[in-house]
Amino acid sequence: MTPAASRPPTATDRLQRLLALVPYVVSRKVVSMTEAASAFGVTEEQLVDDLNMLWCVELRSPDPYCPIDLSYEGGEIVVSEAESIERPLRLGVDEASALLVALRMLAELPGMGDRSALGRTIAKLEAAAGTAAGPSAQVAVQVDSGAEREVLGQVTQALAEARRLHLSYYVPGRDEATERDVDPMRLVMVEGRSYLEGWCRRAEAVRLFRLDRILAASLLDLAAQVPPEARPRDVDQGLFRPSASDIQIELELASGGRWVAEYYPCEEVEELGDGRLRVSLRTPDTQWVRRLALRLGEDGRVTAPAELAGQVREDAQSALAHYS
Amino acid sequence: MSSRRAERLVNLVICLLSTRQYLPASRIRQAVPGYEPDDGSPKADEAFKRMFERDKAELRELGIPLETGANSAQDDEAGYRISRQAYMLPDIRLEPDEAAVLGLAARVWRRAELSGAAEGALLKLRAAGIEAQDTLQPGIEPRLQTGEAAFGALWQAVRDRRAVTFAYRGAGRAEAQQRRLEPWGVVNRNGRWYVVGQDIDRGEQRVFRLGRIEGPVSFTGPAGAVQVPVGADVRAAVRKWDFDSPPQRTGVLRVRAGAGSGLRRHAVRTEPGPEPGWDTIAVPYSDSDWWSGHLASFGADVIVLEPADLREAVIGHLKGVLA
Repeated sequence: MTPAASRPPTATDRLQRLLALVPYVVSRKVVSMTEAASAFGVTEEQLVDDLNMLWCVELRSPDPYCPIDLSYEGGEIVVSEAESIERPLRLGVDEASALLVALRMLAELPGMGDRSALGRTIAKLEAAAGTAAGPSAQVAVQVDSGAEREVLGQVTQALAEARRLHLSYYVPGRDEATERDVDPMRLVMVEGRSYLEGWCRRAEAVRLFRLDRILAASLLDLAAQVPPEARPRDVDQGLFRPSASDIQIELELASGGRWVAEYYPCEEVEELGDGRLRVSLRTPDTQWVRRLALRLGEDGRVTAPAELAGQVREDAQSALAHYS
Repeated sequence: MSSRRAERLVNLVICLLSTRQYLPASRIRQAVPGYEPDDGSPKADEAFKRMFERDKAELRELGIPLETGANSAQDDEAGYRISRQAYMLPDIRLEPDEAAVLGLAARVWRRAELSGAAEGALLKLRAAGIEAQDTLQPGIEPRLQTGEAAFGALWQAVRDRRAVTFAYRGAGRAEAQQRRLEPWGVVNRNGRWYVVGQDIDRGEQRVFRLGRIEGPVSFTGPAGAVQVPVGADVRAAVRKWDFDSPPQRTGVLRVRAGAGSGLRRHAVRTEPGPEPGWDTIAVPYSDSDWWSGHLASFGADVIVLEPADLREAVIGHLKGVLA
C-alpha cells in the first residue's frame, strides 16, 4: 500500500496503523511477520517497532497494568490480550464514500460480469458503515460507454474466452474506418470513457480502442495471442503521453473555443484577456488538428506551425469550392 | 517525536475505551504515560492542557467518537470516554467474490482525490479479517480521475453541508463571475465532474462544471447549514444539463465514398450517387451550432445540401477559418 501523497508519515498515520494492527492479527489468530508487513506496507523493522510499542502500552491509574499482550517469536505474531482495541475503528465518511461511490460506479460499468457480488458488497458495506454511508449518496458517477450492445457483447466474450477479435474501428482524426485483428487484453475505463486495450496485429503494438468508436466487432475462431512483450499502459499517467518527436502546435482560441483546453491535454494554457486563450499541445499526427481547426471556424486559429496553418486554409478553401 | 506522540495517542485511546465512567482530564493525566506530570506548577499544567487539547482534536479528526459528559448531576467536572459501541466497526464478512470487487473498488481512485480514504477503508476492513484481493478480475481496470482542482473542497462542502462561493466562467463567457452555492451533490458524467445545488443569488437549482471554476472554493457558511431538498436528483440535473435535446431535424448531406463513417452510423437513409464516388445520406440532428462545426470538420468530404440554414451555417463556419 502506498499513501495518497508522498508525504512523510505522521503520528496520525502511525496511530491508524497501530489501531488496525491488533485487530488484524486477532481476526486471523496467527499472522507471519512477512504477511503483516506487506499488508500494512511497512518494513519488518517498522513492524517490530509497532509491535513493541503496542506491547509497552501501559495505563498507570488506578493500578498500573498492560492492556495488550502479544508475541512475535519465530516470525509469527500472536495477540493473546487485546482488551478494548480488538476490533478496528469504524469507517469514516470519506472512507465509506470512497468505496461506496466506486462500487456503485462499477455496478454501472459495461463488461462487469457478475453484478450480484457488487450488490451484496454494497449492502454489507452500507450496513457496516452506518451513518457514515449517508453522504456517499451525494456523489454519483455516470458512465455511458456509448458502445453498441452487440459490440460490447462481442468484446466481453472475447475477453472472457481469450479469443481474437476483428474490429471495424473508426478513427475520427482521419475520418477513416479501419479494419484490424486485435487480441484483447482488458477493458479500461479512464476519464469517463471505456476502452478495449489489446494487441493490435496490424500495428503490432498495444492499442486502446474507444468502445464507442468500434463500428463492428466479430469474434474469430482463434485464440488470442498477446505477445509476452505487450505491456498494458499505465492509465494513471493519462492516456496521451507526448513524446519528444511530436510536433508542437499552438492555437489561439476565442471564448467560444475555450472548450478545446478542457478536451485536449494542453501543455500550456495562457489567458490573453477577453476570454481568449493561447494553448499549446504536442501530437504525433496533425491530421486531427486540421479537422479541429475547421470545426472551430472563427473561434480558433492555428498560429504555429505556419505550414499547418496554411494546410487549414487550403482545407477550408477546397471545402468552400463545393458551395460556389 | 512522532513516535512518542503516537505512543501517547494509543495509550489515550485505550484508556478512554477501557472506562465506562467519564474520566476527568486530571485522571487522564495520571493514567496515560506521556503527559506532563502534575508537579503543582502552572507551567506543567499549561503544557498538559495544550497537549491534551491537541490530542483530542487529533482523535476527532480520525473519526474516533470521543464523548464528553459528567458522571452525575453533582459532578461539575466534565470528563471523557470513548463508547466501544460507537468505536467498533460492526461485524462484516465478505465472500471471496465480494472481497474481489472490493479490491477493485479500492483501486478506482488510485492517485485521485479519495485514494487515501479508500486505502484507509481497506486497512480497516483487512483488520476486520477481510482478505481484499488486489488482483482478481484481470480483464477490467476502471479509474476515476479528479483532475479538477475544485473537487476536494466541493466534496467536503457536500459532505459537511456547507455553503460555498467560487469564481465561475460559464461557457462562452469572457469573464468569470462570483457565484454562491448551497451544494447538494457532486456528479461525474463521462469523466467530468459537476456540482449541483441551490444558486443563492439566483434562487434556483444550478449545475456547474468543476473544470470551469477558477481559483479556490471558499466555505461561506457553517457545517450542517445546507438542507438538501427531499427528492433532489443531482444525477438527473446533470444529465439534463449535459444531454442534447432529442434529434428534431434532418440534414441531407453528400458524403464522399469511404469518408464520414462517424456520420453514416447515424444516417436514417443512405443512397449512392448521384455523382460517382459520392453518397447522399440523411442524418437527424438537433443542435445547429454544434452540428455545423462538426460538419465543417469533414472539410471537402462532406457537402450540406439542406436545410438551407444549415448549409449557410457551414459555409459561414468555413469562411470563419479564412477570416
